[in-house]
Amino acid sequence: MFDYSAEFEAIVSAYEQSGGDASVFSDKKSASLAVSGNKILASNSIPGVKIEGEETETGARARVIVEPGIQIASSVHLCFGVIPKEGLQEIFSEFEIGEGANVSFLAHCSFPNALRVRHLMEAKVDVGQGAKMTYSETHFHGQGGGTVVIPRTEVKVAAGGLFRNQFRLVTGSVGRLDLDLMAELGEKAVCDLEAKVYGKKKDKIRLKESIYLNGAWSRGLVKSRIVVSERAQSEVLGEIIGNGPHTRGHVDCLEIVQGNEAQAKAVPLLQVVDETAKLTHEAAIGSVDKKQVQTLMARGLTETEAVETVVRGLLR
Amino acid sequence: MLRIKNIHLNFNGNPILKGINLQISKGEIHAILGVNGTGKSTLAYVLMGLEGYRTTSGRIIFGDEDITSLPLSDRARRGITLAWQEPARFEGLTVTEYLSLSQTKGGGSLSPAACLERVGLSPSVYLNRLVDQALSGGERKRIELASVLAMRPKLAILDEPDSGIDALSLDQVMEVIRSLAKEGSSVVLITHHEQVALIADRASSLCAGMILKTASPEEVARFFRNHCRECPHINRPEEELIENV
Ligand SMILES: Nc1ncnc2c1ncn2[C@@H]1O[C@H](COP(=O)(O)OP(=O)(O)OP(=O)(O)O)[C@@H](O)[C@H]1O
Ligand SMILES: [Mg+2]
Repeated sequence: MFDYSAEFEAIVSAYEQSGGDASVFSDKKSASLAVSGNKILASNSIPGVKIEGEETETGARARVIVEPGIQIASSVHLCFGVIPKEGLQEIFSEFEIGEGANVSFLAHCSFPNALRVRHLMEAKVDVGQGAKMTYSETHFHGQGGGTVVIPRTEVKVAAGGLFRNQFRLVTGSVGRLDLDLMAELGEKAVCDLEAKVYGKKKDKIRLKESIYLNGAWSRGLVKSRIVVSERAQSEVLGEIIGNGPHTRGHVDCLEIVQGNEAQAKAVPLLQVVDETAKLTHEAAIGSVDKKQVQTLMARGLTETEAVETVVRGLLR
Repeated sequence: MLRIKNIHLNFNGNPILKGINLQISKGEIHAILGVNGTGKSTLAYVLMGLEGYRTTSGRIIFGDEDITSLPLSDRARRGITLAWQEPARFEGLTVTEYLSLSQTKGGGSLSPAACLERVGLSPSVYLNRLVDQALSGGERKRIELASVLAMRPKLAILDEPDSGIDALSLDQVMEVIRSLAKEGSSVVLITHHEQVALIADRASSLCAGMILKTASPEEVARFFRNHCRECPHINRPEEELIENV
């Protein structure tokens, strides 16, 4: 028989290492779901938030349904990960956020020992009319650089809805990250995407985030802060398509390259279909801003300390 | 405390600083008055030792030591600091962290909250704010001054600490500068406002990379009013003025 309690302890300790508060998984007042490998270790629904999980051969299927009008004060906690050195985890999930609901998710993904781990996360998100959803995902990786992380997300935000996504992978060395997020917005909907990634060793980072501003007056922001060091490589594609009238979009990409073996690439892509759409972008690739570093050095920090301070702030 | 001897600096062959001489003693506030583009910020950067601002000739003596060839961080470690005319913004760095690192490295005794109060910013509002783009220009300038206070430097180079500060708060900012000097810091106070220069112990008027006059602030302010405020020859002082020095 599979020892769920030992596995639960392992994933919970990884969860705490990545900054999570594990007590939420035993607290029946919080909605939560914890999946280690292909084992569902905890799953808790609360009134208004239904979580359905089902184990599969390679991972799990999950469905999260938030009832219309529900306002959830505390976050819904999600925990994924693979504890052994080798493994596969494929999560297929669906999020349905009812009209006018307001909910935030705190997801932690932990791969503390990974040498040959593949983590695929395919999510479909439906944010109802006037609903608000925030999804914050923090990754925790060991130093092995042996994970392939493939998040694939499709989001639909109905009229007046809001979707905010925060993706953070700054601890440890991931190996390969290939993130693809696509959001389609209805009238007056808002989409706010933020990604922070620290690539180390031989990490290969690829982010593609696209927002389709289909509804009139919809707004979107694609913001990324990437630091690559050692022999890491990054490629950031930020794309906004202004299909609807009076839509507004902005791509803000900053990539810091440390050392002369790391590489970074930025491809902002703006497409105006309706002439009243207004899209802007700023992309900066290079070393840490000199004036910032000199400012800190003028307070007595060494150059290394100053650069670390600036980088820590960017990735926070 | 600080002796600047015949400093020259060129950019792409163009002379920007043309033989600056200055002496500033311990606890002295020395105002540098000059209109736009006369080389005030350039002089500040040369004193701080920023990359790309190494003098082509001349010497900078700080205390008993020749620091002309010392890089920025070494100068900071000896107690020299600079408050930028337009200070940098930092993503993800809180005001508390910014002031704390100045305090730790400089060995100052004022807490971040105390420094904020001195520059007229309420600690409960500002300690947890970020030193980023969201701060207004005036707020950022005051935080820069607060971080100089936190560091408690031997020499504070303040590049237009008055610009961006509203008229009502100007007295408060000047009081902070006075208190810095009272506590033993020497201050290079760069400004183009005569009334700000008046809080100094001595002043110099800078024109086209040259110091035309060093005297009491009242005298230099009068000179500035008569010759510089409506300077008909931007950055080309009349021969007779130069000879005046
Ligand atoms: N990096 C540079 N390369 C070329 N020229 C420069 C550079 N920095 C400054 N200058 C020129 O040197 C002169 C002095 O500039 P500086 O910034 O020191 O003036 P300032 O007195 O501080 O003016 P302001 O009152 O506007 O701040 C100006 O003419 C400026 O254009
Ligand atoms: Mg200037």
